[in-house]
Amino acid sequence: MSKDMPLNRFEIRLSGLGGQGIITLGKIMGQALALDHGYYVTQTQSYGPEARGGASRSDLVISSSPISYPKTISLDLLVALSQEACNKFFTNLKAGGFLVVDTSMVAQTPTNIFLGLPLTDMARKIGLVQTANIVTLGALTHFLPFMRAASVRKSLKSILPSKIIDINIKAFNAGFNAAKKEYPDAPEKWTSS
Amino acid sequence: MANKTKKKKQTEIFALGNEAVVEGALLAGCDFFAGYPITPSTEIAEEMARRLPCLERGVFIQMEDEIASLGAVIGASLAGRKAMTATSGPGFSLMQEHIGYACITETPLVLVNVMRAGPSTGMPTSPAQADVQQARWGTHGDHPIVVLSAGDVQECLEMTVTAFNFAEKYRTPVILLLDEVTAHTREKITIPDPEGLYIYSRLLPSMPPEWYMPFEDNMRGVSAMPPLGSGYRYHVTGLTHDDHGYPTSKPKEVESFINRLFRKIDQFFYDIQIVDEIQCGDADTCIIAYGCVGRSAELAVQMARERGEKVGLLKLKTLFPFPRPVVEKMLRQCSSVLVPEMNMGQISREVKRVNNGLSKVNTLNRIDGQIITPGEILKKLLKG
Repeated sequence: MSKDMPLNRFEIRLSGLGGQGIITLGKIMGQALALDHGYYVTQTQSYGPEARGGASRSDLVISSSPISYPKTISLDLLVALSQEACNKFFTNLKAGGFLVVDTSMVAQTPTNIFLGLPLTDMARKIGLVQTANIVTLGALTHFLPFMRAASVRKSLKSILPSKIIDINIKAFNAGFNAAKKEYPDAPEKWTSS
Repeated sequence: MANKTKKKKQTEIFALGNEAVVEGALLAGCDFFAGYPITPSTEIAEEMARRLPCLERGVFIQMEDEIASLGAVIGASLAGRKAMTATSGPGFSLMQEHIGYACITETPLVLVNVMRAGPSTGMPTSPAQADVQQARWGTHGDHPIVVLSAGDVQECLEMTVTAFNFAEKYRTPVILLLDEVTAHTREKITIPDPEGLYIYSRLLPSMPPEWYMPFEDNMRGVSAMPPLGSGYRYHVTGLTHDDHGYPTSKPKEVESFINRLFRKIDQFFYDIQIVDEIQCGDADTCIIAYGCVGRSAELAVQMARERGEKVGLLKLKTLFPFPRPVVEKMLRQCSSVLVPEMNMGQISREVKRVNNGLSKVNTLNRIDGQIITPGEILKKLLKG
């Protein structure tokens, strides 16, 4: 617990379409960081009235001290799983903040500096396209130096139903390994916060 | 050893505001929920449906609509249950008639209203704070009522417990106002040890059934309440009634009845009015906020203090009865107060009523279904 990196309002936005599992992803990350690490975390969500389709997003604020304002102000990390979300929220990213995109969903990125992986295609290859959010989780676990893989796996197991846990662990590992292979030095690149 | 097991009971969970409401309700002894799910309060009904049937006496019913939901809650409460329901704007409007019935029959119950942008169906998934005056005055007739609010997830749990305590202590419906932001924020919360938690349960009559007077006045203005079916027979009606519960329109009896309804709340203002004072001691400007906006204001205060401005924050947890004494104190102390809220000015009108020329009352209103940000509050503060 004492090894936690000090953070002052590290702000993450996970965005995409309704049905992609954005809010579940936020919940798993939030629980791992709040219960297994020693951070204060607020996870908020925003979505349209549709069950599938429509915009969906989940915001996380992570801090070493108690958090007053629960929503994000300017982002350290934007994860975009749809073109629309990428276009809409890119301007909320602070200078030095990171953009992570699903290259199978986002054809056009507003900048050449981004971390991209074909997350949805990878999920399809694993055999269940709905695991795209967990593939993303795996990749983020590599990108974020303060998030421990063991804690995330634990949180994953406690939140998802046991009958789908195996394929999700597979998805998590696939995302983690692909990110490690593609961007081995990403964790050291953080300049903000 | 005993110490160790006690520590274990304090568990930490990562929960939604809505889930924290359920935790709080169960800690307070809630064993009946009737409701009709509606965004953004749905998780309360979902979690109750999961948890209540596991309890020995727990009952969860999904009713056909919100009118019936509150009807079922009133019935369950009269039968001795600690009962609650949860809804949002459109459902809250439907419940108004039964809130009045609960007021006049002095039935304890907790009603959680997770506010969404209105009027009517409005924006189901967007936050607002526009039901504040409706919670106070929504049902017709002169009536006292307790309206509470919560801003973060731990507070959701605590204020739900408080809501049940007030309902049982004063035999009154208690409305807990949350907003979509608070209800849909996940945070780490600590579930307190139930043994150390203050839980109040309604007073049962100590006299034999034939001596029992269901609406008799006493020092507290709150009479004992036996569960229906326990041998104490009495009449429950929405008509103005006498001490025995039978309809009356005799001016003297009506007057003393309505006066008692008010007195049972009025004389305990000191117990009911809960506020949080943050850096108010030396404040020259004060923000008065509640719900999720209270959290924005907290960051705004921190930002203003870093610039050397003497700003304090008064966070209202009890909205009605309006915490007049402490608001008045801040109005006397400060050269101006700012009331940010996500409506066209529902609490600021209370502040202005109390103000009476003491200070300058500024307002900051937002009605587009978005939370007021700390930056907006700070900007307004610096402008004066």
